[in-house]
Amino acid sequence: MPVFDQQETRKPPISQIGAVLWLKTNLFSSWINSILTFASLYLLYIMIPPLLNWMIFDASFSFGTINFFGFEIKFSEEMATNDNCGRVGACWPYIYEKLYMYTYGFYPRTETWRPNTVFALTGLLFVIVPLVKNYKYKNRVTLSLIILYPLISYVLIAGGFGLLTPVATDQWGGLLLTLIIASVGIIVSFPIGVLLALGRQSNLKVIKLFSTLFIEFIRAVPLITILFMASFVLPLFLESGNYFDKLLRALIGIALFQAAYFAEVVRGGLQAIPRGQYEAADAIGLSYFQKNVLIILPQALKISIPNIVGSSISLFKDTTLVLIIGLFDMLAMVNLTSNDPYWLGRETEGFVFVTMVMWAILYTMSRYSRKLELRFNTENKN
Amino acid sequence: MSGKKTNIIEISELNKWYGDFHALKNINLNIKEGEIIVVCGPSGSGKSTLIRCVNFLEKFQEGSILVSGTELTDDAQKIRKIRSEVSMVFQHFNLFPHLTIVDNLTLAPIWVHNETKQEAREKALKLLDRVGIKDQAEKYPNQLSGGQQQRVAIARSLCTNPKIMLFDEPTSALDPEMISEVLDVMIELAREGITMICVTHEMGFARKVANRIIFMDDGQIVEENDPENFFNNAESDRLQLFLNQILTH
Repeated sequence: MPVFDQQETRKPPISQIGAVLWLKTNLFSSWINSILTFASLYLLYIMIPPLLNWMIFDASFSFGTINFFGFEIKFSEEMATNDNCGRVGACWPYIYEKLYMYTYGFYPRTETWRPNTVFALTGLLFVIVPLVKNYKYKNRVTLSLIILYPLISYVLIAGGFGLLTPVATDQWGGLLLTLIIASVGIIVSFPIGVLLALGRQSNLKVIKLFSTLFIEFIRAVPLITILFMASFVLPLFLESGNYFDKLLRALIGIALFQAAYFAEVVRGGLQAIPRGQYEAADAIGLSYFQKNVLIILPQALKISIPNIVGSSISLFKDTTLVLIIGLFDMLAMVNLTSNDPYWLGRETEGFVFVTMVMWAILYTMSRYSRKLELRFNTENKN
Repeated sequence: MSGKKTNIIEISELNKWYGDFHALKNINLNIKEGEIIVVCGPSGSGKSTLIRCVNFLEKFQEGSILVSGTELTDDAQKIRKIRSEVSMVFQHFNLFPHLTIVDNLTLAPIWVHNETKQEAREKALKLLDRVGIKDQAEKYPNQLSGGQQQRVAIARSLCTNPKIMLFDEPTSALDPEMISEVLDVMIELAREGITMICVTHEMGFARKVANRIIFMDDGQIVEENDPENFFNNAESDRLQLFLNQILTH
């Protein structure tokens, strides 16, 4: 008599898969859920058609000329004017006309190729870095890119050094300025934040106290206050000869602000590392520096990727506050150009456009973070 | 063991407190080169604390520990020197999950002992071969079973050619069917003449390879003896009770 019957492996019953089941479990699982589903559908029904009408069906597209990254694209011989567009739908020719301002601010039109080269380099960077992943000298390539990229970008945009016509920082604006403030803010503040996080965990009392005070002070103050301080209060303490650039002051303020936030994000990651990792690193004889760089930080930063990116996204959005101290980023440009007497009443188009650009950039950032997470996930790799 | 060999570890008058709790009370212990010491005792008796003092993972307040002639103090240089000669295997393996198996092994040789990547890698692969998991070298720790991970951890601690190995309950976190594969590796090591201090409850292992077994309770060394006398002629009631409890099943 057999004691043990080998069971066959079977597929799940058909009632457990398929679209109807998905609808039932996700949208109509209870009567409250069903009501919410119908309410949401109704809201979409009353919102989407008017939006599409305004943006597309009643909108004007084809007047005038667009200046797209410095390239002139002609839509029609007719000049784009406020009267050419109807009043019912959106007037996109307005955006064509102001696109240069939104992108570069007051950057001289003859020098557009310089920021464009920087945009292209930035795009190239995102293509190259994943490509060299398996290249033998990838560390050297990445390191030289990290050093060269900001240098080249700075020389191109600011000019000077006897190579290019200098362009003063008050001529920088639009998307260009937004990207500069956000990327410099993030890149400069990140290492400071990591050091502050380590400092706050340190056994050395003075370093711990300093880090904690700095982080808690900055985090208790709004970014606007810090920008005001950097822009208006700081010069009061400096002798008049020591005046330095407004953008630079704003950047320092933003970097310090963001460093405090990164510090807390990284500290969260550090606290998630089991004590055994510290002990194992100590036991094999690593120094404090080696322990953190080789063992603790790679793991802590990996855990923190979603929060690091989240915090970076917040900063990107916060850069719009620089309007307050007289720097004209993309959003400030919309404000500024809406005062154009030939284009009265068209700021809505500007804000919608900037919203879409912001969304595209930030959504890309958050997708990129998901990709990074998957790439560095060795814990559950199979 | 011949009595002529020199002491590689000398612990004298060692006292340690956690806050107000007196964790180690006046420990005196000398260990000769090549000796295999097994430390056992009920939980909370201070066995782990004792061996963690030897590589200064735990600080102590009174007494002294000499490891191959170097006294343990707060001096970071000295601690690093001692840690490069003493390696440790943990209960929960503590492999570095972000590094492959072979990178786990080569880390200390490259960064602490200044070996070239090539040398370190060759040696690592040899050691992995010895513990029977060479084919897993490029995997990550979490892809391995508990027993395999612990064998990797043993290989990692051998990578730096230590004079002394500390084992802190190396089999306590393992599934029962994986304990023997780890013990086999440890028995093999014991026969090669490396100095070992093992905190463990594996009495079969103790009987087989230990030169001396130490019984601790309440932060003190209650009894120490060779395996034969330890199991058969327990002097104290406390040890007799302990042995009855763990050997009757």
